[in-house]
Amino acid sequence: MSERNATIASRVGLHARPAAIFAEAVGALPVEVTIALEGDPADDAMDASSILSLMSLGAANGQVVVLRAEGDGADEALAGLVTILETDLDAE
Amino acid sequence: MQSFTGVGVSPGRIVGSVRQMPKAVSEPPAGEQLASSTTAEDAAVTLRAAAKAVQAELKQRSVSATGAGKSVLEATALMAADPMLIKGAVKLINTGTSAERAIWESAASVAEMLHNLGGYMAERATDVLDVRARIVAELRGVPAPGIPASDEPFILVADDLAPADTATLNPAVVLALVTSGGGPQSHTAIIARALGLPAVVAAVGVESITDGTAVYVDGAAGSITVDPDADQLEAATAWAANAATLAVFSGEGAMADGHLVPLLANVGGAADAVKAAAAGAQGVGLLRTEFCFLDRDEEPTLDEQVTAYRGVFDAFPGKKVVVRTLDAGADKPLPFLTDASEPNPALGVRGYRTDFTSPGVLKRQLAAVATAAEGTEADVWVMAPMISTAEEAADFARMCGEAGLKNPGVMVEVPSAALTAETILGEVNFASLGTNDLTQYAMAADRQLGPLAALNTPWQPAVLRLIQLTVAGSVAEGNNKPVGVCGEAAADPALAVVLVGLGVNTLSMTARALAAVAAVLAKVTVVEAQRLAGIALAAPSALEARARVRAELPILDELGL
Repeated sequence: MSERNATIASRVGLHARPAAIFAEAVGALPVEVTIALEGDPADDAMDASSILSLMSLGAANGQVVVLRAEGDGADEALAGLVTILETDLDAE
Repeated sequence: MQSFTGVGVSPGRIVGSVRQMPKAVSEPPAGEQLASSTTAEDAAVTLRAAAKAVQAELKQRSVSATGAGKSVLEATALMAADPMLIKGAVKLINTGTSAERAIWESAASVAEMLHNLGGYMAERATDVLDVRARIVAELRGVPAPGIPASDEPFILVADDLAPADTATLNPAVVLALVTSGGGPQSHTAIIARALGLPAVVAAVGVESITDGTAVYVDGAAGSITVDPDADQLEAATAWAANAATLAVFSGEGAMADGHLVPLLANVGGAADAVKAAAAGAQGVGLLRTEFCFLDRDEEPTLDEQVTAYRGVFDAFPGKKVVVRTLDAGADKPLPFLTDASEPNPALGVRGYRTDFTSPGVLKRQLAAVATAAEGTEADVWVMAPMISTAEEAADFARMCGEAGLKNPGVMVEVPSAALTAETILGEVNFASLGTNDLTQYAMAADRQLGPLAALNTPWQPAVLRLIQLTVAGSVAEGNNKPVGVCGEAAADPALAVVLVGLGVNTLSMTARALAAVAAVLAKVTVVEAQRLAGIALAAPSALEARARVRAELPILDELGL
């Protein structure tokens, strides 16, 4: 199990366009990735490729989330996703 | 030759082929089971395929969309095949529920979850329900709800359009709008006028016209004719030729005798203001400030407001810009200001009245307007919506004074304000008639209701009488305080003549209507306009008032207005 923390950089938090970009990136990966707010139990983690799950997570700007994945390529996958979350996607 | 009659709400004569807007998708019956010939595995595969198809369709549409519409389509495309939505449905399919019913229920619980999160998320619940309707339509093999996607231009026939349909309405493909419901103030009418599309609303029976039928639409006369004849084809050609000249406004509104009638624009933000200035508008008669507040969970900050207002002021150096303070409530709810549970929101806490229940928001808005006005060359006036009494007008004028704003005014939308215009104008510097709401309140007829369309027109002699009383109030007050009109009425060239005849000083309208209104005013003298106003006031009905005035203005028919 690989695990990485990321701080949400988007000004509006992880909704709307930033959530769409992130979910789409997760969907394109060969591994399943879950997302949870920092401090929440791993059992409550949600499917990170689901834009609806991301929206219900409601991670705000500056909040820390935990990404988890298992299997081959998990580390590389998470590194790429952390970069996306730590970029202000609204600014682009 | 089959024909239909409705209310013409946006002029233009055009021939084209009809596309019906598909009906809303009906709910699959509760408890609907999988057909005995289908296995749960097959149903799940079919559902996933339908979801992917809807996703592909939305994604493809997002490619050609722009701005806010684009990001909405991108996000809804992702929702269509969302794992949370589909897994929830597959679970139900595995217990024997039909695919249609399963996706219906799964989306309902997702929408409820979003709704309970409140704010921005609650608004996204509508997107989930839209996606659900598309998936069910796909499963049933019927056309997707919403405006049909087509590369061929067509005349859109619908029951009525919702504000959300504006995002997907492509004016390069839609030639005209015809609805069986709605009224002159309905969203369809407002969208049509803003886009400059010919439109007829409340045309009973048009839902029976089959797709692909050639029809002639006259948006001024309010008629739709199936299989147009040679005369109508010619009229459509002549309109297309005229439309070019009707698109240019010289930048000064004047009557045939030289009397000046400044023609201003109604705008909803800086982009609008730049367009209006390019169209020759002599200023802004109505700046709707809601654009800064809608889709927000919290009040925008002072800086955000200042930037937004300054964008508009900068488009009109040396010209008048009339700012209407926040008009929330009724059809424009705001989570931090209005109470969505009011039984009668049109008569509820809306407009200026939100200052009673949420004091502070208006004060901060006035401060932002004053700050934005500093350092710009625009002549900034400020008015409050939904003023009912002279006491309210005095309070608003005091608040403007405290903010350092020198030109306070009021909207006249409530009949009581028209009736007491003299005392109200004793407290403020100007009045602006909001004819849409004034009509709704004078006639006690909801703006959005198709069956009340005949009542809901500013041609109602009672509404014209209230306008006349407002002007008389200004005269009696004695200081020549200006009375303008900033409702949709000012965009109707025939009604514009009547308004000038009633003594209205300025007209503010959607920028697209400026040239047509100017062209007609230029052919009429003030004395003539006064005579026509007398005819309209004396008419026994709105229909008669309109018909009698139009009969005296042959220029309208010449121009196809």
